[in-house]
Amino acid sequence: MKSLMDKCCEKCFHSPSSPCQDYIKCRQQGPLCHDDENCRARFKEFLENIHLPADSSRRQVLICAGTGCTSSGSRKLVDALREELARHGLQDKVTVKITGCHGFCEQGPLMIVEPQKVFYTRVQLEDIPEIVASHLVGGQVVERLLYVDPATGEKSLTYETVPFYAKQKRLVLANCGHINPEEIADYVASDGYLALTKALFEMTPEQVIEEVKISGLRGRGGAGFPTGMKWSFVRAAEGDKKYVVCNADEGDPGAFMDRSVLEGDPHAVLEGMLICGYAVGADEGYIYVRAEYPLAIHRLKIAIAQAEECGLLGDNILNSGFNFRIKIKAGAGAFVCGEETALLTSIEGNRGMPRPRPPFPAQKGLWGKPTNINNVETFANVPLIIRNGGAWYAAMGTEKSKGTKIFALTGKVNNTGLVEVPMGITMREIIFGVGGGIRDGKRFKAVQIGGPSGGCLPEEQLDLPIDYESLTSAGAIMGSGGLVVMDETTCMVDVARFFLNFTQAESCGKCTPCREGTKRMLEILTRICEGQGKEEDIETLERLARVVKNTALCGLGQTCPNPILSTLRYFRDEYEAHIRDKRCPARVCQALLVYTINPEKCTGCGSCARACPAGAISGEKKQPHVIDISRCIKCGNCMQKCKFGAVEKA
Amino acid sequence: MSCQCGCGQDDAAKKEALEKVFEQYRGTKGALIPLLQEAQEIYGYLPGEVMQRIAAELKVPFSKVFGVATFYAQFHLKPRGRNIIRICQGTACHVRGAARVFESVSEKLGVGRNETTADLRYTLETVACLGACGLAPVMMVNDDTHGRLTPERAAEVLEQYK
Repeated sequence: MKSLMDKCCEKCFHSPSSPCQDYIKCRQQGPLCHDDENCRARFKEFLENIHLPADSSRRQVLICAGTGCTSSGSRKLVDALREELARHGLQDKVTVKITGCHGFCEQGPLMIVEPQKVFYTRVQLEDIPEIVASHLVGGQVVERLLYVDPATGEKSLTYETVPFYAKQKRLVLANCGHINPEEIADYVASDGYLALTKALFEMTPEQVIEEVKISGLRGRGGAGFPTGMKWSFVRAAEGDKKYVVCNADEGDPGAFMDRSVLEGDPHAVLEGMLICGYAVGADEGYIYVRAEYPLAIHRLKIAIAQAEECGLLGDNILNSGFNFRIKIKAGAGAFVCGEETALLTSIEGNRGMPRPRPPFPAQKGLWGKPTNINNVETFANVPLIIRNGGAWYAAMGTEKSKGTKIFALTGKVNNTGLVEVPMGITMREIIFGVGGGIRDGKRFKAVQIGGPSGGCLPEEQLDLPIDYESLTSAGAIMGSGGLVVMDETTCMVDVARFFLNFTQAESCGKCTPCREGTKRMLEILTRICEGQGKEEDIETLERLARVVKNTALCGLGQTCPNPILSTLRYFRDEYEAHIRDKRCPARVCQALLVYTINPEKCTGCGSCARACPAGAISGEKKQPHVIDISRCIKCGNCMQKCKFGAVEKA
Repeated sequence: MSCQCGCGQDDAAKKEALEKVFEQYRGTKGALIPLLQEAQEIYGYLPGEVMQRIAAELKVPFSKVFGVATFYAQFHLKPRGRNIIRICQGTACHVRGAARVFESVSEKLGVGRNETTADLRYTLETVACLGACGLAPVMMVNDDTHGRLTPERAAEVLEQYK
């Protein structure tokens, strides 16, 4: 027996062609299907050697292999570490394992040494010999690689004491960064597929749906529709063939939680889809993944193949009579395909354009059949709910928004990464608690929540509890959960223009309000940023935004004015400064900047003059230089080149 | 049509590979997009003749194939460089200076957005978000993600791609 999923002995009769119902329990607790004492003892010993996230006595080194850490070079570390361990004769005593994303990509590549839970950050190839010699052989932790809290300067020995993790409640992300996503046995060892067996053998489909309803789980894709209710609609819909679709087309700039879940714990998504398939009466599932996520697609393919091999996917799953197959569809790069009706038409092989609803996909979805669509994070929540009960889940969060939510915290904040927190937590706790405050001691200005369809919230709204309703009333939306923190150096008009630029490019063009409206709004915003703003622009923008919001066909158009409306609501003075004073208060909009040289700081070195492509800078050697404003093209080269900070912009 | 990607693989081999893909997807519902993806994998882009061949295979009008191919950002109707540079323009990257990274790379290569260098070594593109926001600003060259870029470092990274 090499893997937890292999036969434990000759008496073990499990095979994918004749699956045993107790297969999963047997793998997690030792053989249940036969009573050979020797086998039991051997199996127990084997189980003890399997890594369990909670506590493990075996020494393991976990290296993050998510997209973030891989780009920082974590792949090379794995081989180097294995070689170094072999040199010390430790290859059998210490296991080296790759894991999915820990969520703290900022500090990558990350390495964890279990069972002590020691947390190393920014590990480089040169550090490997020291880690092995000092820590794994000598038992002495390599202090210089520990995480240092930028606020207090304190070092954290284990990941549990790192403030970033200590303030989170990681349920959906519990396995991410702790199990090997390319190994089904790891997932099973941490209670994986137990929820599926519970649903199949102890619950009717109606009971499963009831449990999801009790949990109060709402769609994590953004709209927040109650999941249990959606499932019951699909169950009640008439049709001999039904589909389950997982929306993994995470296109929001600034959001990457779905990618991390797929890369770090793909089986949790498969298990959620299986349970959903059982509950709604479907036998086929699709996962629609963005093509920009090659690693997620790769890991999903492995996970599907392994689940099929173990009889957890396919026909007659665990001898229950339930059939379910899952296919991967790689998206082809269109943001609008995140919208459910557009996504379905894209799977069918057409241009991914949305259609009016009703009929909703629950009645008429993929190829006209009843279809249940949920987001990656929604599906990943399902096994937890079935395993622990709906009431357990409903005990977390606020009255109308239950459970936890993963946010992608990015921008000008100290700790960027994935953050899982209970619903109802305030924005301030996320940004200043988990996120560790604003970088470089700058002042907080706004937080953009919900991607291009969300809104910008100012300082006054930081104590707002995060749930679907209060965010909507503040002019933002939960969306996919991207949180982009902005400081005083961000221009809000420029941000609004940035999002409009995106939605304008991604509008599918089917309906006029979205196609024409986004274009006109973008033109106005660009004009304002270029210093050509007119007095009536704000009013026109507001009117256009309302019209598009109320009349567009799909979610993309209905929400794309949110960045404009929310910045106009909270940062109107910045628009006015651009239009009336021809001034950009954050000093971002190029056309409105004036570059000058501070004669007191200028040493007359001449590097600014050499860097100026317009020849606008002149001056004697070792004498303060001056910029001719009429010739300056505002490229900012001089400012970058000046070593003395003498070039100033206003 | 002769090979333009410089790989030396001849047309016959590519045609054969395409036929294999057709066989694999025959009878599958919704095969158009995967077929276009696989064809682009083989040819590097979507030549008109290939799209016509796909239309004939699926028994759908050429206009439909063309319509789908031009709708999605992933499909390219012109030859592309050996190395595809995709510079992230997501929100997190934007607020941390992605525009300057783009300018620096664009200046170094002497090409603009969605353009290919004359020697077919690089194609420069932008992408809405790569999902590696923690490392902003980010760019992807082929399948490698590079993070925490500065305008200078971005230009340096390119050297390793021949």
